[in-house]
Amino acid sequence: MTARSDEKTPVTATDNGRGAAGRPVIVIRDMTKVYRMGEYEVRALNGVSVDILAGEFVAIMGPSGSGKSTMMNMLGALDKPTSGQYLLDGIDVSDMSDDQLADIRNRKIGFVFQNFNLLPRVPAIQQVELPLIYAAKRERGERARRALEMVGLGERVHHRPSELSGGQQQRVAIARALVNEPAIILADEPTGNLDSKSGTEVMAIFQRLNREQGITILFVTHDPWIARHTRRIITLADGIVVRDEAVPTPLVAGQSKRPSDEALVHE
Amino acid sequence: MNLALNTRLALGSLLANKLRAVLTMLGIIIGVAAVITLISVGEGVQDVVVSEFQGLGNNLLFVVPGSPDANEFTGDLVRAELTNDDYLALANPSAVPDLVRVAPTYGRPAVVTRGGEEARTTVTGTTPDYTDVRDFYPIEGDFFTEQDVTTAARVAVLGQSVYEQLFPDGTPPVGETIRINNVNFRVIGLMEEKGGSGFNDQDDVVLIPLNTAQRRLFPARRADGEYRVDQILAQVASEERQDAAIVEMALALRESRGIAYRDEEDFTILSQSDVIGALSQITNVLTLFLGLIAGISLLVGGIGIMNIMLVSVTERTREIGLRKAVGAKRRDILWQFLTEAIILASLGGLIGLALGAGGAWLISRFSDLLDARLAWNSVALAILFSAAVGLFFGIYPATRAARLNPIDALRYE
Repeated sequence: MTARSDEKTPVTATDNGRGAAGRPVIVIRDMTKVYRMGEYEVRALNGVSVDILAGEFVAIMGPSGSGKSTMMNMLGALDKPTSGQYLLDGIDVSDMSDDQLADIRNRKIGFVFQNFNLLPRVPAIQQVELPLIYAAKRERGERARRALEMVGLGERVHHRPSELSGGQQQRVAIARALVNEPAIILADEPTGNLDSKSGTEVMAIFQRLNREQGITILFVTHDPWIARHTRRIITLADGIVVRDEAVPTPLVAGQSKRPSDEALVHE
Repeated sequence: MNLALNTRLALGSLLANKLRAVLTMLGIIIGVAAVITLISVGEGVQDVVVSEFQGLGNNLLFVVPGSPDANEFTGDLVRAELTNDDYLALANPSAVPDLVRVAPTYGRPAVVTRGGEEARTTVTGTTPDYTDVRDFYPIEGDFFTEQDVTTAARVAVLGQSVYEQLFPDGTPPVGETIRINNVNFRVIGLMEEKGGSGFNDQDDVVLIPLNTAQRRLFPARRADGEYRVDQILAQVASEERQDAAIVEMALALRESRGIAYRDEEDFTILSQSDVIGALSQITNVLTLFLGLIAGISLLVGGIGIMNIMLVSVTERTREIGLRKAVGAKRRDILWQFLTEAIILASLGGLIGLALGAGGAWLISRFSDLLDARLAWNSVALAILFSAAVGLFFGIYPATRAARLNPIDALRYE
């Protein structure tokens, strides 16, 4: 369990939009989460401390049962920790009401899910407008259009999910995550439901957003190869951080072929 | 989330499931349509009745036998018959100064013939003042006179309907002879058309002198030598004097009928507004009853809406989870589903209203009896009630949606 307060990951100098790079956007201290299941207590998180700086691109890995999903719920402000502290963009969210959490999610976090979670029968532009509606923002159409252009879907703003490929649907979801200019984008297995070509496209978009816009991105994944496209990997096991290390030479999406599963396992 | 957006969202979701939405609304549609039709017909009936009673004449009072709370089964009514003496007591201006004129009536159904033509109608015996009391005059010939009454003359004045039946060729009736229950009568006049469509055709009548009716046609003599009358019509000088007239009439009648100081009256004096009031009481009971039916059908419709909304919440669990993940607060979700339920119910109410109005229109179209009238207060009530049903039965499903935990909702398969 390492709190990387003094060994900061180098970040790129590009600083065009998302605040000062190097400023911590996520500060987690001694976070625990205990689920009660009848007689049993399950300690899904058992004292986790993590700092993530603005502009980082981090993968959170771990086998099932490691606390990875719980960690994702905590980071996404979807759930409250049993104890410990979580500062998101300087705001303590560890003890907020449900509605306050909803507001934090709206303003600070963009979600990308494995199964896209688009609304059925709704055109892309309205999907992307959704966070802006709950933020009561103006000029929703214009901002949603720009977000769709950023993910290369400027030509498909009026397409419905049934008229889009899986990769395109996930890009709509990414645009939706981006549109309200959140502090972090939290992606849960974003390539898990895609074929390798669409998966590569989506990875390339995340890398470009991180590199060019300095957007902080967190991946929750169990796929080591996907994780190696990021620049830092935090590994969880049994509810604690067992490894936290920089990726010396991140893979560039589309420039390397996925090795066989065996090769990955024996890495 | 504002109202316009919620409304658009709700309409979109209803349009995506058109058949389901229509079937869900059916309960409310049928309930509202039935109630609107029936209430419109009820209003039409009331209009007809009220206009008929107002058409009877001006500032009229009716004296009918029996105390207001007489029990027909104990025979109070029989003993309480009105007689010529009562009429004469009321016709005495020194005893009843506030009455202008009085006319008794004594009528029975009879068969009236002329040559091969026949009419079944009511033959009513009365006095010459009847014309002024009822505001009902002959347009051809004359009404009978006091002398005709005294001599029990066999003369008759025809109502328009009877005339049309007996004189299909349009012959002028004055001077012609007709037979009433096989007794020859000379026609001396033809009454103007009183109208009075509906259940009671006021032109379906033959008027004859009172004594003729009592002595020649329908024997009215009792064992004590008195002659029966059915009712006595009395005209008050002015509306302001009506209450005074009622008191004077009661006193005069008590005296003529020999009712002791402490005994109850065995007659009833009714004003036109009393009669109309009694009728509207009946209509009010009817309205209450219809309201009850409406309430039950709206209840059933509301349960249908709740059912479908619960299905909809379950179906859209993932959508709710996503909305919460991107920042929807509880009340955002609550209002989204509540708006949908309210729109569903109100739309049902509106469609029901349109169908009900159509039904009322059809009834007035194909019935000469009445004009079904759409009552605006029942229209407003129907819409408000449907919306309230949507709100009430939408609360539970919407609360369930709003309370969903986003983590579980997002994982829901």
